[in-house]
Amino acid sequence: MASYNTSDFRKGLKVQIDGDPYLMIECNFVKPGKGQALYKCKLRNLIRGTVLDRTYKSGDSLDAADIEEIAAQFLYRQGDQFVFMNNESYEQYELTAAQVDDAWKYLKEGMDCSMILFNENPLSLTPPNHVVLKVEYCEPGAKGNTASNVTKPVKVETGAEILCPSFVEMGELIKVDTRTGEYIERVKA
Amino acid sequence: MFFLVVRPDAPYGLARVTDGNDYLPTANLEVLRLRAELLRRTRGFFDGRGFLEVETPLLSADTVVDRHLDPFGVEVGGCMSSAPRRYWLQTSPEFAMKRLLAAGAEAIYQITRAFRRDEQGPLHNPEFTIVEWYRVGDGLEEGMTLLGDLAETLFARGPAERLSYREAFRRHVGLDPHTAAAEQLTATAKGQGIDPPASLSPTDRDGWLDLLLVELVQPHLGRDRPTILHDYPASQAALAQLRDDGDTKVAERFELFVDSIELANGYHELTDAEELARRNRENNRLRELDGKEPLPVESRLLAAMRAGLPEATGAALGFDRVAMLAAGAKRLDQVIPFPFDRA
Repeated sequence: MASYNTSDFRKGLKVQIDGDPYLMIECNFVKPGKGQALYKCKLRNLIRGTVLDRTYKSGDSLDAADIEEIAAQFLYRQGDQFVFMNNESYEQYELTAAQVDDAWKYLKEGMDCSMILFNENPLSLTPPNHVVLKVEYCEPGAKGNTASNVTKPVKVETGAEILCPSFVEMGELIKVDTRTGEYIERVKA
Repeated sequence: MFFLVVRPDAPYGLARVTDGNDYLPTANLEVLRLRAELLRRTRGFFDGRGFLEVETPLLSADTVVDRHLDPFGVEVGGCMSSAPRRYWLQTSPEFAMKRLLAAGAEAIYQITRAFRRDEQGPLHNPEFTIVEWYRVGDGLEEGMTLLGDLAETLFARGPAERLSYREAFRRHVGLDPHTAAAEQLTATAKGQGIDPPASLSPTDRDGWLDLLLVELVQPHLGRDRPTILHDYPASQAALAQLRDDGDTKVAERFELFVDSIELANGYHELTDAEELARRNRENNRLRELDGKEPLPVESRLLAAMRAGLPEATGAALGFDRVAMLAAGAKRLDQVIPFPFDRA
């Protein structure tokens, strides 16, 4: 297995500790002039999101994590399973609802997502930043109310609820920011 | 404007980003003017005290043998009848300057570049500017006074406070660094919530002392006025003389701290050639334990010491850190126009 020694340590390095993948989010080099070099690192667990503080000294090493970012197409949902296909190898992956997390709200069949693989298995999924979704159901808005500060929940084609301005009507297409879950604008069909 | 100003809050590593703009300097023109002014003041300080400015090789057949200093090796020769051999980019001009002392120079200083492999971070650049000086006849006391005066010339932060390594540890760690057993050092570190490297051997006393110094002592040094820390453990003497201090031996070594940052290191110089050779061998033994290559024990400095090195005290100052503090900057790349990633 490939490994990094302390002179390779830097922010952004992906390493494996106790079997879990970690991203080095901080690496501070500390060295008394005549003393031993220390590397004070913060590492984020890429599965659990927890942050680990570890200090290393020169000569230490960490195993490299086999991490790859791929483009994957969402094929279909079957109960709690979300099925994706690697756009290059055509290999299929089944992700659980827990792995997909909030991204299920935005997944439409055929949509290209970014997927992180760890040891060739899916680790996380990121939908495109902006998606266009059809409003399936909502309460009618008050006539003539074009103010965007009055919001209401609308149900979109994926089954998720999105907060929209009250003028949004059933059957319309809306653009949503998947990073914040916020409505951006209406889109003409 | 051709100068890129790096914001003080920008994360370190900015210079690593190669977005096509890495031809730009990372220090602005105002900072370069400040550097020039600090260089003038430094030269004025030494010239005014009768020191001679000297120049010595950056690339030398000899190198300091230190457990924790790694020089860049350079293959030279192989033409004009000389066999290929290895030279070293100097980690400091120490060896050559002491050879000048042995040859009769009395008070010398140098402003030059030094190189240390694998030292890169907010406060480290593998190539840096070093100010180094020696004066024959000086002991520890005179050496510390001179360093304190230089600090006053550069920072105008008041006379330097003197603090022994022992007193600093008693005050901020609660133990005697010269007599505490290794187990006491490890237990104290863990009790204070310090996260030690897993690979730090429980018997590596100096490794634990370094860790305690960095984590618990250094944050208190040079806060209101510069601090000169002196009388280091004998095991950390490097090239300093030892002195009996009650029940134990201490090294006549001293360091300057300003705003918790280590700026200078000085020695009442070791003059005993055989003792230097012994320390070189010990450093090499430790280097090999650390998985590092040994460095040459024999050198022209040893030959000069055998011929006779006069009593002297000398010190070296990290000039880029001085410029960083004077500029109110947080990282060296704010005061070095082309740090290692853009060199």
